[in-house]
Amino acid sequence: MTIASTPTRAELRPLERPRFVWAIADALTLAKRNLVQIPRIPEELIFATIQPVMFVLLFRYVFGGAIAGTGTTYVNYLMAGIFTQTVIFGSTTTGIGLANDLQRGLVDRFRSLPMAKSAVLTGRTLSDLVRNTFVVLVMWVVGLLVGFQPQGSPLAWLAAVGILLLTSFAFSWISATIGLAVNTVEAAQSAGFIWLFPLTFASSIFVPTKTMPLWLRGFAEHQPVSVIANAVRGLLLNQADPTTVWAAVGYCVAMLVIFVPLAVRAYGNRAAR
Amino acid sequence: MANRPAIFAEGLYKRYGKTQALAGLDLQAEAATVLAVLGPNGAGKTTAVRILTTLLRPDAGHAEVAGLDVVKQADQLRARIGLAGQYAAVDENLTGFENLEMVGRLYHLAGRVARQRANELLARFDLADAAKRTVKTYSGGMRRRLDLAASLVMTPPVLFLDEPTTGLDPRSRLGMWDIISGLVSDGTTVLLTTQYLEEADQLAHSIAVVDHGRVIASGTADELKQQVGGERFEITVARGGDLTDAMNALRPYSVGEIQLEAERRHIIVPVVNGAHQLAAVVRDLDTAHVPLEDLALRRPTLDEVFLTLTGQPATSDATDNAAPDARPLARSNA
Repeated sequence: MTIASTPTRAELRPLERPRFVWAIADALTLAKRNLVQIPRIPEELIFATIQPVMFVLLFRYVFGGAIAGTGTTYVNYLMAGIFTQTVIFGSTTTGIGLANDLQRGLVDRFRSLPMAKSAVLTGRTLSDLVRNTFVVLVMWVVGLLVGFQPQGSPLAWLAAVGILLLTSFAFSWISATIGLAVNTVEAAQSAGFIWLFPLTFASSIFVPTKTMPLWLRGFAEHQPVSVIANAVRGLLLNQADPTTVWAAVGYCVAMLVIFVPLAVRAYGNRAAR
Repeated sequence: MANRPAIFAEGLYKRYGKTQALAGLDLQAEAATVLAVLGPNGAGKTTAVRILTTLLRPDAGHAEVAGLDVVKQADQLRARIGLAGQYAAVDENLTGFENLEMVGRLYHLAGRVARQRANELLARFDLADAAKRTVKTYSGGMRRRLDLAASLVMTPPVLFLDEPTTGLDPRSRLGMWDIISGLVSDGTTVLLTTQYLEEADQLAHSIAVVDHGRVIASGTADELKQQVGGERFEITVARGGDLTDAMNALRPYSVGEIQLEAERRHIIVPVVNGAHQLAAVVRDLDTAHVPLEDLALRRPTLDEVFLTLTGQPATSDATDNAAPDARPLARSNA
């Protein structure tokens, strides 16, 4: 232990750095703040992991036997979908976390500091990205345990993980927009989740879309979640189709282009109340 | 420059939807003094603080803090103010040390300096033993001290405390008052909002009474009490004493109507400059052979000041059990 010394008046001054350096540094400071909390509230991460594990077990063993026409083993088909669903559901923590910070007055404290304004949002979306990466890795291991066998080259698998993380990041900004638009943490929770159910089930995540009624098929085959799941599936099973992969990336970029400014605006409006 | 008030606000207006939160608010505080903004819930106190701390733009009006415009020089100003809120804005899942270190980093201190400063403040606010515990385990008073410590990381010349003692038990409240007095004697200017008359009376060099988004009276506690008048003698005649004799002896001193509560043998005499007449009153009552049980010179409480100013009673808030001895203001129709 060193003896705690007292900073002198001269030391108690802000360092001089360019603005963009502070934008990054402040985001990292807040991301770190969010990340150190994760092991302190283990139940949150445990439930965030149990939920997709439950989906894996249910679909693999309960429904899986009755689902045909996937062109590969059902577990191989399923896992790409589960990864996609996991990152999309996991991104809802962004909005909930922001709603929490607003409700507890932390956002007021942050806004009264001479820090980069963007850091509250970028810090939160970055820490949720790290958290989602962890959950995807856990799901990968769970998948291997129930018979998942990725095909083709590990490089393609990495590309699949890359798309998943991009998806996580893009959906985090949608979640942020929702979390900032509603008034309470509870509302952020339900509003953040409810629209994801039709989007993930009316998709190619769990079952092939070709048995769906025609009116639904049109939507299910082209909506972002299906396209992303199909791209990930192709990369994991050595059936990659470049058009689908780029369409998935395009969807994510489009979501970011739309929702980053919306979230920033919602943050400005909300904080000014 | 030197004589500029540390806090200056002129004609601030702010409207939320249909609610006019501020309706031409003026405030002024000299350096190294405490300005108490006193008013019931919904009077506009928090809105005023949010504008002065750059969190909110006023719809109209002008305000300067530490010589900087709160709208045009907001970025510079943020480095020179501290804000501690009534909702203790610290992160529950971080330790006390981590909270202060984070705030130091967000003020863009070097890592080592931020850590040293965190430890220094924890020691100063009696939180060193709890430094490594998450804030979740802290008592209300400890949270409030940590929140205050977070606002002092850069030793700001101007400090804003939004209801710093709301919900604290009486002991923690006294501790907080000591801390605030200490900061002011070190040269910090403090604006605090409060619903507690006693708090304003104890701490503030000047008080601004706010109602419906405007200052309805301002001055020192004494000036406010004087403005309302209402100084009086309160006399209780001992058993066996003649109340009529007492009334006759007191009449020359009265500047208004003498009130008599015969059952309690209690007489209230409105006076001016009562302190100078005290000895004469005692003498006259003695000459008239009126035996006394009690005699007191009373000046109006801030409670009464508030009642007179707003026409609304300052009633005790039944839900606030944490501080039975301190009475928050509440408007009955709020």
